[in-house]
Amino acid sequence: MQPTKKTILGEITRGNRMKFLLSILAMGIGVCFSLIMPLMLSGTIDALVSAAGGNMDAKVDLPLQLGAWFDARGGIGYLLDHLWIIAIILMVCYAAGGIFQYLRGRWSTYASENIARNLRDRLYSHLQKLSYEYHVQAQTGDLIQRCTSDVDTIRRFLAAQLTEIFRTVFMVGIAITVMLGINTEMTLYSMILVPPLFLFAWLFFKWVQKYFKVADEADGKMSAVLQENLTGVRVVRAFGRQKFEEDKFDGVNDDLYKKSMKLIRLLAVYWSSSDVLALLQGAATLVIGVVVVVTYPGKLSIGEMTVFVSYTGMLLWPIRQLGRILSDLGKAMVSFGRTSEILLAQPEQDAPDSIKPPLDRDIEFVHVGFEHEDNTPVLKDVHFKVKQGQTVALLGATGSGKSTLMNLLQRLYDVKQGEIRIGGVNINRIAKSYLRSRVGLVLQEPFLYSRTVKDNIGIAKRDPSWEMIRSAAKTAAADGFINHFEKGYDTMVGERGVTLSGGQKQRVAIARTLLKENDILIFDDSLSAVDTETDRAIREALQEARRELDKSATTFIISHRLTTLAEADVIVVMQNGKVSQMGTHEELVKQEGLYKRIYQIQAALEEELADEA
Amino acid sequence: MQFHEEDIYTKKFDLGPWKKLIRLAKPFYKHMLGIAITVAVVAIIEVIFPLFKRQAIDGFAATGDLTGILPFILIYVGLIALFAFSVNLFIRLCGQVEVGLCRHIRRIAFKRLQELPFSFYDKTSVGYLIARLTSDTQRLGDTVAWGLLDVGWSAFFLLIVSVAMFILNWQLTLITLAVVPLMAVITGFFQVRILKNYREVRRINSKITGAFNEGIMGAKTTKTLVREEANIEEFKELTSTMRRSSIRAAVLSAMLYPLIIGLGGFATAFLLWKGGHDVFVMGSISIGTLTAFMSYATQLFEPISSIARIFAEAQQSQAAAERVISLIETEPEIADTPEVVEVFGDNFNPRKENWPKLKGDIEFRNVSFQYIDGEKVLKNFNLTVKAGETIALVGETGSGKSTIVNLLCRFYEPTEGEILIDGVNYKERSQLWLQSNLGYVLQQPHLFSGTIADNIRYGKLSATDEEVEEAARLVSADEFIRAQEKGYDTNVGEGGNLLSTGQKQLVSFARALIGRPAIFVLDEATSSVDTETEMKIQQAIHTALTGRTSFIIAHRLSTIRGADRILVIQDGEITESGSHKELLKLRGYYHDLYVNQFRDERERSLLAEM
Repeated sequence: MQPTKKTILGEITRGNRMKFLLSILAMGIGVCFSLIMPLMLSGTIDALVSAAGGNMDAKVDLPLQLGAWFDARGGIGYLLDHLWIIAIILMVCYAAGGIFQYLRGRWSTYASENIARNLRDRLYSHLQKLSYEYHVQAQTGDLIQRCTSDVDTIRRFLAAQLTEIFRTVFMVGIAITVMLGINTEMTLYSMILVPPLFLFAWLFFKWVQKYFKVADEADGKMSAVLQENLTGVRVVRAFGRQKFEEDKFDGVNDDLYKKSMKLIRLLAVYWSSSDVLALLQGAATLVIGVVVVVTYPGKLSIGEMTVFVSYTGMLLWPIRQLGRILSDLGKAMVSFGRTSEILLAQPEQDAPDSIKPPLDRDIEFVHVGFEHEDNTPVLKDVHFKVKQGQTVALLGATGSGKSTLMNLLQRLYDVKQGEIRIGGVNINRIAKSYLRSRVGLVLQEPFLYSRTVKDNIGIAKRDPSWEMIRSAAKTAAADGFINHFEKGYDTMVGERGVTLSGGQKQRVAIARTLLKENDILIFDDSLSAVDTETDRAIREALQEARRELDKSATTFIISHRLTTLAEADVIVVMQNGKVSQMGTHEELVKQEGLYKRIYQIQAALEEELADEA
Repeated sequence: MQFHEEDIYTKKFDLGPWKKLIRLAKPFYKHMLGIAITVAVVAIIEVIFPLFKRQAIDGFAATGDLTGILPFILIYVGLIALFAFSVNLFIRLCGQVEVGLCRHIRRIAFKRLQELPFSFYDKTSVGYLIARLTSDTQRLGDTVAWGLLDVGWSAFFLLIVSVAMFILNWQLTLITLAVVPLMAVITGFFQVRILKNYREVRRINSKITGAFNEGIMGAKTTKTLVREEANIEEFKELTSTMRRSSIRAAVLSAMLYPLIIGLGGFATAFLLWKGGHDVFVMGSISIGTLTAFMSYATQLFEPISSIARIFAEAQQSQAAAERVISLIETEPEIADTPEVVEVFGDNFNPRKENWPKLKGDIEFRNVSFQYIDGEKVLKNFNLTVKAGETIALVGETGSGKSTIVNLLCRFYEPTEGEILIDGVNYKERSQLWLQSNLGYVLQQPHLFSGTIADNIRYGKLSATDEEVEEAARLVSADEFIRAQEKGYDTNVGEGGNLLSTGQKQLVSFARALIGRPAIFVLDEATSSVDTETEMKIQQAIHTALTGRTSFIIAHRLSTIRGADRILVIQDGEITESGSHKELLKLRGYYHDLYVNQFRDERERSLLAEM
């Protein structure tokens, strides 16, 4: 079934939705406890007031049948003599409220962290499974952004804000119910500024987003200028432009200051004016409450009035937060949309009937053609045969299609026109992972993982022995320079360690490919960055290694070096996606064409040296 | 490289860096005073608000007498207005301190970075420096401004509440305040652990970002090696660790708040019992006083936990403070002496009227050089170059070619011996004097964001449009520039990446030549470009060399052949020296280099022709 945004949401939240429900439930209970407390105080205050007025017969007004319980034991007098009971109940309420609040936090933490982990795992594994073509076209920075900061936005929303929405709803609902039970008009007065306060908060945070964005952009600009200055420090110094750079940086630095200050001024206006609204509501509740208590005796007790004052105070903060949360909800939705876009891309898949035939066989390219998605032709009618164990050299200009042809051998792209057959089996029927594990391909610009050199070499094999790693490195002429590093094979590669030169990278990449078992070996111009001497040394070591095994891998080498080409069993010259010439060195030097011209360079060199002498 | 960002922090709290930071914040002392005043006002008003409740209950509700309610309302509303005004003011002031301090620190640090020598940049990564000027600085601004605000408010509030409570009833006050120390201890205990855990979370988070980075950048290689499943397994371990640490941190936070509230609740309950008893039995306090007390009791906990939080955060930010301060305090090793500055000015305020004209005679006299890590690159190096001569340096990576050029440009200074320009030790002139007479083309042409014209003008800020175009024509860059949609106003993108490598090289040639430098330095690129651009670049090199002293770290045969003198550098010494013909006859290093290079260049150009 084709996944949709909805099914993705369903899958990443699976097993955690219950936790959210529990969290919301715990919060509801916690809210109830916190709302009971003002009622307990109210009843106690009223009892004190009545007692002060000498009215010891008044009924005790406490929630949860506690009033009746006290009345049965002697009413106000008993209550005031046993105030510790109230104190204990309050403590229980606080403790219970605390426990439920903790549970709420615990459950929503587990749920949101689980979901974040699910989402991260899914994103990562999906990215690993997306096609070669997807990664060729991908915008790395954007993808990383989606996988990190967007996931974090979602996680934060789930962890803190989702349940907070329910909290506000619960609080408002329960508080209003209780208040309505006490006095309808008073409820109205206590809540009159709540809707405007909420609207104000919501609209403000929606509106102010653009100022946040402006400030973020100014921040990005400042970092960009800084980065450029530091990476270009040689240029700055070479031209003596320190003063110019300082002025430039001051410009963006000042701009960031202005834009951040603008935002802060807006926030200052918001917080202070919403403070005014909230405090006015508190004051109004108190004043109107007092007036009602005094002017309409019996309608509202002092204790009840304190309930209104307390509830108003308790509601205002979450209401203000709600506006902010709702504007964050929008951001979380956008983030989820961006992450699910990745997850909705189609991953590579093997056909269910794919097979794993032996690959140490002859290879046939049968009228192979290939076009990119935008219909630009790359390969046209490539047709030739390679015997098992042969070394094939490919020669051709950039864009002649030689790399694409090699990529097809690992099924990094699928063959759609013609066929590639290995031992007579159409390559499209062979399982990709199996094929790739038996076909060693060294890219021209290989990627090294940020681990030690040793781990990088051993990465393609499960538990390689130290001897294997060392001998692969020796074959790839990498042992020498690796031993020159202070930490040798334990040197970290990449960002957190040594930066290797292009040629060093290529040699490490060759070593790691040699470590796995290959029926077919492909060097995609992967010796381009090493010098001619090292190139020769590597090829000789490869020959040596082959002789030790009784059978040898079929080898493809893309190169422009005559010495490399001349030693191959077959040389294939490619031009504009077609095979233009094919044969041995002896055959090709007799034909007019690219190969002959390369060959003639040697003669030109000797001529030139003779001239100079 | 310095990668200790997350490592130092287990240290004890140390006032040292904070004192320095406070001194740095000198321009903001008046803002800070303003914050202190407004925060005090806010705290006082917050303490007064419960007294309104007390007055409402005791004065109006309990007595049933509403006289005086109008002034009561007016004062109440007036206080609300004053409160809101103060809030507005302190948020702005805090913002000014936060954002202003950040700007101030960045400005100072940036200026310092412009003065620090290359030896500093050799051992410090760009990422490290950027983090110092962005996240660390931000953190300091944050801590100083909002930390100060929170501590100020909390301290005032605690103080005033305590005073108010003592005035109302000292016995009840003692009961309430009894929980304060306990609360402070608990909060402190939790905060330290919470922050520790969050740091762990951040550490793992940066690992996850790194893993995504690698998973995406390396996806193609991963496919060729069939390592998808192994990668996924490793990644899952990482996210599981992340999940565990995040949960640990979040659960601790989830515990702290209820604990504090619960503790406060106990105090409140106890207060109700004892206070209610006082009201009822003793009549020693009023109902209103009791409610005011209970309000105070519940409000006490916020300031206490906030002070504990700030101290925990300050301890966290200490490492940031130390790093920023140490950057600002790093002394540049290469600096003009006061006597030189006196005459020729410094890097920011040059006194060009005193600058002598630079002819271009150069002499390395017994120059030795070693990098800070002790590796000796040059030993007793001697070289005399006459004005107008072209010197090509060839040799392997690490042989010392770049060091010679870097010393010449005074990016480093000799550890022994001296370099004379026009017969004078260059330390007796200002750095800017030399560098203003220098045209330098780097191996990797680094352009700045902005237009093509901006980039060419970088070599001569006062250049007119005509001069810019002339410089471009001189190096045959004019044609491709005009072919761009916006011509000279075309944006080159970050680092110049919207242009091709060859185009960037041409622009950097124009930039180097527009100021008509007396000395030209070229670190030739090895990357291959298309034939047409290649020809233009060779043309540009030829133009650049005529009429000035030139040093080239050379790779192209045409460049090498065209030099007046070729120096083969091996292990910091000149092993072969002479013209192309002379060196070929030696049948030594140069001969082999030439043969290989000849083949390689021809092969590449043949392929490129197709």
